[in-house]
Amino acid sequence: MANSSLNRPIAAAQPTKPAATPGFQWGKWLLVGFVFAYLALILLVPALNVFAQALKGGLPAMVDTFSSRTFINAVKLTVIATAITVPLNTVFGLCAAIAIANKTFPGRSLLISIIDLPFSISPVVAGLMLVLLFGSRGWFGPLLDETGIKVIFALPGIVMATIFVTMPFIAREVLPALEEMGTEQEEAAATLGATPWQTFWRVTLPSIRWSLLYGLILCNARAMGEFGAVAVVSGNIAGKTQTLPLFIEEAHIQYDTQSAYTAALLLACLAVVTLVLKYVLERSAGIQHRGH
Amino acid sequence: MTSTQSHKSHLWHQLAQASWPWRVTWIYLTLFLFLPIAALMLKAVTLDPQQIWQIATDPVALSTYNITFVTALVAGIVNGFAGLAIAWVLVRYEFPAKRLLDAAIDLPFALPTAVAGLTLSTIYSTNGWIGGWLEPFGIRVSFTRLGVLVAMIFISLPFVVRTVQPVLQDLEVEIEEAAWSMGASRWQTFWRVILPPLMPAILTGVAMGFSRAVGEYGSVVIIAGNIPFQDLIAPVLVIQRLEQFDYAGATVIGTVMLLISLAVLLVINLIQTRGRRIYG
Repeated sequence: MANSSLNRPIAAAQPTKPAATPGFQWGKWLLVGFVFAYLALILLVPALNVFAQALKGGLPAMVDTFSSRTFINAVKLTVIATAITVPLNTVFGLCAAIAIANKTFPGRSLLISIIDLPFSISPVVAGLMLVLLFGSRGWFGPLLDETGIKVIFALPGIVMATIFVTMPFIAREVLPALEEMGTEQEEAAATLGATPWQTFWRVTLPSIRWSLLYGLILCNARAMGEFGAVAVVSGNIAGKTQTLPLFIEEAHIQYDTQSAYTAALLLACLAVVTLVLKYVLERSAGIQHRGH
Repeated sequence: MTSTQSHKSHLWHQLAQASWPWRVTWIYLTLFLFLPIAALMLKAVTLDPQQIWQIATDPVALSTYNITFVTALVAGIVNGFAGLAIAWVLVRYEFPAKRLLDAAIDLPFALPTAVAGLTLSTIYSTNGWIGGWLEPFGIRVSFTRLGVLVAMIFISLPFVVRTVQPVLQDLEVEIEEAAWSMGASRWQTFWRVILPPLMPAILTGVAMGFSRAVGEYGSVVIIAGNIPFQDLIAPVLVIQRLEQFDYAGATVIGTVMLLISLAVLLVINLIQTRGRRIYG
């Protein structure tokens, strides 16, 4: 630190540096221009288009879609599937992070890779796996037939597909937070006579709450928007096993552009809320964003 | 050999006196991850090897590998260059709307892929905002392989930016200044001083983007025409085979994809370990 502050005035005194600056500025704006153009073509124009197309038909057309039975059922199913998936993945994510954090054991990094595995597997392949397990010709097919429980082409299948693709989100956010927190506070609480449960609620949870929230937001966004895995297991029966993303695809195929974009608008708003919350958490709670 | 044995016995020891978090973790992983993977693997193993080979190397299947993997690789490389430029601009420069741009980079993570596919296919169709503009040049995007590429570029965009950004942030400007003051040109400084420490992050980002693009279904199925030998990707073929109740076909192609995903994962880990060894 002291070294660099000593160096700085000398470097600034060198005549070459100011001379190089004007040319560098030119390069700067060229590069900034390129980045804006690239992002406009790939991200910004497509995002704005969702709003433009949805609002183009006017309010009555949107109300039409919002009040259609298949749309309402698709929203309901998406919300239900997410409401089951996210809490389950939260319990898993917290348990996995607590089990791994601040501990050394052989195979630790392997276990972390295993938890991250669903991000590397194509959602369609994940759906295929569930069909091979629970489909009528799958492992548990005969058993399910006998008991009359439907998994594939029904809510359980949709939930399991969603669980599969969103499994790593919470664990991978909470784990680094726990590592950073260390074990001292928890140990102190234990010495003072707190039960593990009390320690978790009063000591552990408050210090990881922002990371947990961050993971929850990402998990929720992905759960609501999952397409590939759900497409394989749901059967896409309109009004019954059709989630919102499947509704969009179906409406698009039927050339019902207005309905497709109205539903897309709803999910795009979810994406905007997700991004805003994510940004706020990154700024205020100092959470670093990782991939996915 | 002994090390793996002690490894195992230690793991069993851990499991035997496992705490609640341990038990929940393993039960959950077994039910929702290991069991499905096992179902796919065991189904693939029960097939006749000759039949597997036949399905895996069927002309339609081969063309889907080509379209899926080559297009995903191109998308990854395009985003490798663009992502480096974006990360550079976000870390080194000040300009209007910078924070908004930074936040918007994550849009592909937040926007459901069905929405992405829908809006991309509209914009890049022959009468869309951008597609209409490309049409006079004979460039058609929607319902072609180029459309597959655009969708894959969209969904793999954030990876390189987000892997390079922190590394670039930590890169000390002093080293560049030293290179400069010792007479290196701007290009020499970039190639010899800046790029080498960024390389592991760039490659990791490219590999992650590639892996995501390979598995992508939602946005591609909507923007592509899904015609064999033209723009049919492997995940769509898996679904088509399942719809025809061709479980063997779906399983073999799904397994090929799974194995390639695992290979890419291994490569990412190798790049990261190597990068860490060289650059601390």
